[in-house]
Amino acid sequence: MTTQNEWPLWEVFVRTKAGLDHKHCGSLHAADPKMAIQLARDVYTRRQEGSSLWVVRSDQIVASDPGDKDMYFDPMEDKVYRHPTFYALPESVNHM
Amino acid sequence: MQTSTSIQPSRDPAAQYVLRLADTCLILGQRLGEWCGHAPVLEEDIALTNTALDLIGQARALLTHVGQMDGQAHDEDQLAFLREERDYLNVTMVELPRGDFAFTVLRNAMVATFLKLAWQRLAGSLDTELAAIAGKAVKEARYHQQHAGDWVVRLGDGTPESRQRLDAALGQLWRYTPELFEDDAVDAHAAASGLGPRWSELQGPWRADMTLLLDEAGLALPTDSAFRSTGKRGLHSEHMGHILTEMQYLQRAYPGGVW
Repeated sequence: MTTQNEWPLWEVFVRTKAGLDHKHCGSLHAADPKMAIQLARDVYTRRQEGSSLWVVRSDQIVASDPGDKDMYFDPMEDKVYRHPTFYALPESVNHM
Repeated sequence: MQTSTSIQPSRDPAAQYVLRLADTCLILGQRLGEWCGHAPVLEEDIALTNTALDLIGQARALLTHVGQMDGQAHDEDQLAFLREERDYLNVTMVELPRGDFAFTVLRNAMVATFLKLAWQRLAGSLDTELAAIAGKAVKEARYHQQHAGDWVVRLGDGTPESRQRLDAALGQLWRYTPELFEDDAVDAHAAASGLGPRWSELQGPWRADMTLLLDEAGLALPTDSAFRSTGKRGLHSEHMGHILTEMQYLQRAYPGGVW
């Protein structure tokens, strides 16, 4: 439950170096986007973890319902043929 | 009878010029450290102590350099912890008690603005070690200025209480600002030798930055008073002895103690 006086929650995504993805690393409270970016910098990149930051209001994230977990994800369990592991790859194709 | 374990830094004007900067960083860093565990929110607690650690890092580099400059081979710990009060050359503003959050962020904004301008100029110092320290520190000071400045605007433009507190802080701090820009022989020597700018040269740009900031916060620059603080000449307020007592305790109780 949030009170009227509590700052909104933000999810923080950090990119460790150029070329890599932004990865979710945690959350924090901040009054607005500008403060959220600054505090994300201070809370999550103080040990040289980052070169770029994203912050997203937590209430703007649409998440799947944990109650749907069985229906959503269990049916994939026995469908190994969806993995591209049944092909012989040429030598020249790396990192598949 | 045991002699004093205190050390005396040299009176060399170049060393004094760097000590003024070093001690200003060191004492503000110590003051900000007092917020650890006490800031209004967890995130800001970390932000304030990050700033404190940046300042102490700058002080360490400068004190190490002073130890090499003055030929007495004192190391950073000796210079930080074994001097007597009159041998600390920080501006008085940074030794004032931490006050409330408004006082803290306004002081941080004032000092960060000053240090940013100083580092920018010092990056061109003929003393290459000082220039290298400045080149690194200016990035930190720019962030400190932005972070503290944003708080000044938020509080000035916030609730009646936050505005009243910021206004009170401005009244308390303003009279300590002229000291930052008053020149003496130390500045003249630094300017003549290419070590760094006279601090008075930073006054114009500092006032311009502060005017913009206070304007955004809805506050006007106060009128200047005739009061002059004298910390950078070693004559401190009554608060200095107390902060040194706390800061020096461990090194005095366990001489030479290290991490």
